[in-house]
Amino acid sequence: MHDMSAHAAEHAAPTSFIRQHVFSIDHKVIGKQYYALALLAALVGMGLSWLMRLHLGFGSLAIPGLHLLSKTGAPGDLMTPEYYLQLMTMHGTIMVFFVLTTAPFAAFGNFFLPIQTGAEDMPFPHFNMMSFWITFCGFLVLVTSFFVGDGPTLGGWTQYAPLSAIGSVGGPGQGLGVVLWASAIALFCIGQLLGSLNFITTTLDMRTKGMSLMRLPLTAWGWFITSVMGLTAFAVLMPACILLILDHVAGTSFFVSSNEVINDQILPHSGGSTLLWQHLFWFFGHPEVYIAIVPGMGIVSHVLITNMRKPMLSHRVLIYSMGALAILSYMVYGHHMFVSGMNPLSSLVFSFPTLVITIPSTIIVLIWLGSLYGSKLRINSASLFALGFISMFISGGVSGFFLAQPSIDIMLHATYFVVGHFHLVMGVAAMFGIFAGTYFWFPKMVGRMMNETLGKVHFWLSFVGAYCIFMPFHYLGIAGNVRRYQAFTDDYLIHLIPVHKFITVAALVTGFAQLIFVYNLIHSYFKGAPASDNPWEGTSLEWSTATPPPHNNFGDKMPVVYHDPYEYSVEGASSDFVMQTSPEQLKNPHEEK
Amino acid sequence: MATTVHEPPKREIDRPSAQDFGNGGWRNLVPADGDPRQVRNSSPPPASTGIWVGLAAITMTFAAFTSALIVRQGSAPDWQHIALPPVLYLNTVVIIASSVTLEISRRRVAAFMGAPRDASQKASPALWLYITLFLGVLFVAGQTLAWLQLVSQGIKLSTNINYSFFYVLTVAHALHVFGGLGGLVRVIAKLNKSVLKRSTLDATSRYWHFMGALWVYLLLLLWIKL
Repeated sequence: MHDMSAHAAEHAAPTSFIRQHVFSIDHKVIGKQYYALALLAALVGMGLSWLMRLHLGFGSLAIPGLHLLSKTGAPGDLMTPEYYLQLMTMHGTIMVFFVLTTAPFAAFGNFFLPIQTGAEDMPFPHFNMMSFWITFCGFLVLVTSFFVGDGPTLGGWTQYAPLSAIGSVGGPGQGLGVVLWASAIALFCIGQLLGSLNFITTTLDMRTKGMSLMRLPLTAWGWFITSVMGLTAFAVLMPACILLILDHVAGTSFFVSSNEVINDQILPHSGGSTLLWQHLFWFFGHPEVYIAIVPGMGIVSHVLITNMRKPMLSHRVLIYSMGALAILSYMVYGHHMFVSGMNPLSSLVFSFPTLVITIPSTIIVLIWLGSLYGSKLRINSASLFALGFISMFISGGVSGFFLAQPSIDIMLHATYFVVGHFHLVMGVAAMFGIFAGTYFWFPKMVGRMMNETLGKVHFWLSFVGAYCIFMPFHYLGIAGNVRRYQAFTDDYLIHLIPVHKFITVAALVTGFAQLIFVYNLIHSYFKGAPASDNPWEGTSLEWSTATPPPHNNFGDKMPVVYHDPYEYSVEGASSDFVMQTSPEQLKNPHEEK
Repeated sequence: MATTVHEPPKREIDRPSAQDFGNGGWRNLVPADGDPRQVRNSSPPPASTGIWVGLAAITMTFAAFTSALIVRQGSAPDWQHIALPPVLYLNTVVIIASSVTLEISRRRVAAFMGAPRDASQKASPALWLYITLFLGVLFVAGQTLAWLQLVSQGIKLSTNINYSFFYVLTVAHALHVFGGLGGLVRVIAKLNKSVLKRSTLDATSRYWHFMGALWVYLLLLLWIKL
């Protein structure tokens, strides 16, 4: 059965600059391109959050130069309420799609999945190249909406109907802005579908000799599970975006009901279902949470094992738990709709799996903590961020227990409590996973080490800063602070303004800490100390090849795998780590039977 | 959905051969003291896996459209049954026939690829592929005729929600059929250059048959629901 197409990924090294660095089909170059895109998007998204926080904390403050971004949205450099919502929407969209999905999944996955499986490249490299450039076009389309018409959409990253579907009568950006938003997300979906296709086939078909599925590192499992989720979730969001665009440009009535009167105008739609958008969106939206976090779980496990010098308590249970998260993620999406007016029985049905999904999450956390217990962890920037990931995941996850119950969620749903919850468990945790992966794999990707001192400063400022920003969100939520408000003029909210000021200062400081990371990244790229092939004494295949890896990943000899991925501190072995490619016979391997 | 073929690498690499390439499936390990050639390989060619993965994504997309149709039907009393253009039934016969001709060509091409060449076998078995391609183009032309008939009657996307779904589903399907036509053209070009892989042919066939099955499903959906 194994014909020549098993080697479909073989291709000669390109010679021209364009084919080497721009329209490259090399998975490593594409991985770096994805990382650069995610970094750019993260800086844009962070800048937007600064503007929002300045407005929330110091509402009457003129932000110099803001009028250059939007004359109508910031006359006299003062942000209008609508412009605040537009910035909020773009912050959420850019962060969720172009940072949290792009960096841990597409960037690291592209670079390392073929190497960790022992392949020369992905099986469909041209699709892979298209995947990046289509995603990049999506980003350009989204950012373009800042500069055309009356600016970007203000409907939030979830784009709830009917507001998203009624056109420009709904406010600034609700006409062309929404069309550009939906087009950008549809493009993003196509890009990620092509990427998922490559990830799945690489994992199933491109593994080298001896690399059975259970010998794949946890990172590879994380990317594989994520790609299966991506394949099914993005394939649903894309048609939803198409229907939304048609409501705008073709006058259809998929999402707008009859006799809607907005700003004294009767809308020309009839019979549309506003809940239909929520169903389609959240069928994608909840798996998206795990698309952002599962690659981080793989990265954190991989980084911790390497620095603990011992495998996790159970490699297999970790994999099964990540798989359970993926399956359950499709069954819980309705918990985003507890307050939508859907049948209370549906709330009950969705509440149950929402509580059940905490079980695999808890198992994963307990395996991490149990494995860390008693280990002599090597403290470095990567392992610190891995620990930070666990901390954020627990802190953000605990508030999920409350929100999983419809009766409590009705109270908290539209408050800052939810904002604090998902920023910690999905946003900051996933970002810490990205940082852990960056500090860990930068030497292999670039051939130079990152500065450890700057890395640790970056960690502590980010760790403390993130808690200073997002823990008070929970208190604000419990105090009744409604989310999406651009100012707090109601009596009961005025007393909360000092908390907002504190959060704003924390956000600015934490944001500046990220500039330390960017400086470290750029400086190390050019001036960092040269990295050896295996600076962390790791065991998986990426450490058995040259730094940086050659064009076909392994040079003249393709690897053969003899061991499980994490044979550290094996009794009787010649050193404290046995690489997967080492033919050394182990008397007491860690293999799970 | 087809495989991508690349130029061969310039240098010789010590790579497992087709006979002893084995990734061990789920957990069939290479013993450090054993013979790696005994390791089982359970992976089909990437083109074969890739096409199933691609079809899974397409299935999810049309499942989303279907669930949207069902939810939208129940959301308001503006659902009005419509008569489907009769040409759709003829188109159904055409796309089913194209699957039959593709299967005939697939078997002939497979026999042609596997058989020893002699003077009597010079003719390429591409004829049935050309017929399949023609039927595929005829199907798209028939669908276009259906849309033109509706447009000539003044029926647009926004006329009512039933026609909205009619246009969305049929156009989305036709766009995917275009992908299949591209795949057929690619297979014919490769066959004529004698560089066609069996896995490419099989993957293209699966995609095309899926397009036929998807159309039959959509026709039933449109017929029952619209």
